[in-house]
Amino acid sequence: MADLHEPEHNKMQLKGALGWVEYRLPWVNLLKNSVGTNYPTPRNLNYWWNFGSLAGLALLIEIVTGVVLNMHYVPTAEGAFASVERIMRDVNFGWLIRYVHANGASVFFAVIYLHMFRSFYYGSYKNPRELVWWLGLIIFFLMIITAFTGYVLPWGQMSFWAATVITNLASAIPVVGTDIVQWLWGDFSVGGSLLGRFNSLHYALPVAIVGVAVIHMWALHEHRSNNPLGIEVKGPQDTLPFHPYFTAKDLVGVGVFLLVLAGLVFYAPNMLGEPDNYIPANPLKTPNHIVPEWYLLPFYAILRAVPDKLGGVIAMGGSIIILFVVPWLDTSKVRSAKFRPIYKQFFWLFVIDTLILGVVGANAPEGNWIIIGQLATFYYFFHFIVILPVVGWIESPKPLPDSISTSVLGNKKSAAEPAE
Amino acid sequence: MNPVAKILALAIMISLAASPALAAGGHEPEKNDWSFNGVLGSFDKPALRRGYQVYMEVCSFCHGVEFIAFRNLTEIGLTEDEAKAAAEAVQIEDGPDDNGLMFMRPGRLSDRMPSPFPNEAAARASNGGALPPDLSLITKARPFGPDYLFALLTGFEDPPEGVEISPGMSYNPFFSGQQIAMFSPLYDDAVFYEDGTVATLEQMAEDITQFLMWTAEPKLEDRKRMGLGVMIFLVILTGMFIAVKRRVWADIH
Repeated sequence: MADLHEPEHNKMQLKGALGWVEYRLPWVNLLKNSVGTNYPTPRNLNYWWNFGSLAGLALLIEIVTGVVLNMHYVPTAEGAFASVERIMRDVNFGWLIRYVHANGASVFFAVIYLHMFRSFYYGSYKNPRELVWWLGLIIFFLMIITAFTGYVLPWGQMSFWAATVITNLASAIPVVGTDIVQWLWGDFSVGGSLLGRFNSLHYALPVAIVGVAVIHMWALHEHRSNNPLGIEVKGPQDTLPFHPYFTAKDLVGVGVFLLVLAGLVFYAPNMLGEPDNYIPANPLKTPNHIVPEWYLLPFYAILRAVPDKLGGVIAMGGSIIILFVVPWLDTSKVRSAKFRPIYKQFFWLFVIDTLILGVVGANAPEGNWIIIGQLATFYYFFHFIVILPVVGWIESPKPLPDSISTSVLGNKKSAAEPAE
Repeated sequence: MNPVAKILALAIMISLAASPALAAGGHEPEKNDWSFNGVLGSFDKPALRRGYQVYMEVCSFCHGVEFIAFRNLTEIGLTEDEAKAAAEAVQIEDGPDDNGLMFMRPGRLSDRMPSPFPNEAAARASNGGALPPDLSLITKARPFGPDYLFALLTGFEDPPEGVEISPGMSYNPFFSGQQIAMFSPLYDDAVFYEDGTVATLEQMAEDITQFLMWTAEPKLEDRKRMGLGVMIFLVILTGMFIAVKRRVWADIH
C-alpha cells in the first residue's frame, strides 16, 4: 500500500471491513488529517477560534430544521401564513422546530460576526489566507440572501414589506431598473410569484453555502489556522494535534452555543422577531416602521444614510464589497492586534461603529438618527479606506515573540496571555 | 475594565437610550406579573375558561379567532362534551353535496371557530369602516403583547382637553395614534361568571388576556416545561465538556 503523497508512518492502517473500505475510500485518514490527530494546530488558539466549528453546527441545525419545516410549509400568498400557524399548532413539535430555525438564524449570524471580528483583530485574513477570507465573505453574502428570503416566507407584514423595500432597490439601476424589478417579482407587484421563487432560493442557497464552506476549509487546511500571536508555526513544538485538544475545546463552545440557542428558543422565542410579522401580509397597509432582522440592521442603516436611492444601494453594496479588499488595505506586516497598539484602538472603535449602525438601523430615519447614521456610515468606510492603510504605515509594532512555544511555555510571566 | 466588557456596557447604554423610540405611537403599558411569565410560567386554567366566556359573550361579535378549532377548547379545561356542544351551537358551511350544492351543518370538533364576518368588506361595513382584527395571534402581534392588551382594555378614558376625537372613535392612550374605532368593550358585570368570580373590568381584561395569550401561543406550557429539562441537561453537558477539556489539556499548560 505504497502512498506516493504521504510518508507511510502518517497513514493509519486499518484491518477487516473498515480496512477494505479505507483502501478504496480513505475517509478515516481524511478525518484524521483534517480534524484528527494528524492535523497540527497552533497550541495557543484561544476561545475566539471556536466560532468556525460553531458556524458549521449552526448551518447543520438550520438545514435539518429547514428541511422539516418545508415539508409542511405552503409557498403561496394564500396559504403561507396559515401553514406556518399550522406548524406552530398542529405539527408534532412544529413550534419547537420553527423556533429553533428562526432563532438558529440569529445565533448563526452572531457566530459569523464574532468569527469575522476575530479575523479583524488577529489579522487572519492576511497573506497567505486571503482566499480563506474571500470564501468566508462569499458564505456571508449567501447567508444574507438566504436569511432575507427566509424572512419573507412566513408572509407576515414584515415579510411582505421587507420584500417590497429590498426588491424595489433594483429599480435604482438606471434605464433597466423597473424591468429588473418586474423580472424579480415575476409580476407587476410583490405577491405569490415572488414568494414561490424566494422559497426555492431559500432552499437552494444553503446547498451552495455548504459547498463554499467545504472550499473555505480546504483553503484553510493548506496554511492552517492563524493564531492569537499572528506568527508562523515554526515546528512541532508550536502545535498540538487537533484531536483531542481542539475537539475538546470546540465541544466547550458547542455546549455554550446550545445553551444560548435553547435559552432563546424556550424562554424568549419571539424576542428577536418583529411583532408585525404575526400580522398576515397586507399589501394595502404599510407598517409604521419597516425593519429587517437585527443582524442586517447595520447594512440597512448604511442603505438609508445616503439620501439618494441609487447612492444608498451603492453604499450598501460597497460596505460588503470593500471587505474583499481588506487584506490589501491593511498594510501592516504584523497580523495580531496584540502587537499593534494603534490598530487595537481603531479595532474597538470599528466594533462600536458597527453597533451604532445597528441601533441607527432599528430606528426610524428622523431627527438625530439621520446625522448619526451618516457619520457612522462615513466612519465605516473611513476605517477601511484610510485608517487601515495609514496605521499600517505609521505604527511601530511591539516586538514579536520568537515562536509560539517560547511565548506559551517558555517565560510564562512575561509572555502570559492577556485575558481574552 | 477589559475591552469586551466596555463594548457590552456601551451597547447596553445605546440600546437603553434607543428603546423609547420603539414604543412610539402609544403609551408604553405597565408590566404585569402574568402567571405565564417566567421560567416555570403556566396559564391560569380557571382564568382561561373565564376568558373564553368573555370572548364568546363580548369579543366574538366583531373579532374572530381563526386559528382555534373547537377541539382545542379541551386544552383550556372544557370537557369533550362541552367542546362538542360549543361546536354544535354554530352552523358551518360545507359541501358540495352529491347534488353539487353547499349546505349548512352543525359544527364538529374538527371545525375552526367561525369568524363573525364572511369577509373583510362585510366586517368594515358593520364597523364604520374599521376592520376588527382577528385575535388568534394578537398578543404576539403587538409590542408588549399581553401587557398592551390589558392596558388597552382597561385604558379607555375621556380625551384630555384640546384633543379632538373623530365621530365613532374613542380615546385610548395606549392605542397607536390614541384614537381607536372600538368603544370600551368591557365594563363591570358585562358577563356573569359561573364560578362566582366578580366580573370587574380588570378581572375580565385579565381573563381575556390569558385566553388570547393561549390562542396565540397554545404550546407555551409545553415549551417552558421542556425548556427547563433541556437547560438542565445542557448545563450538565457543558460542565462535562469543560471537565473533559481540562483533563485533556492538564499536561499541556
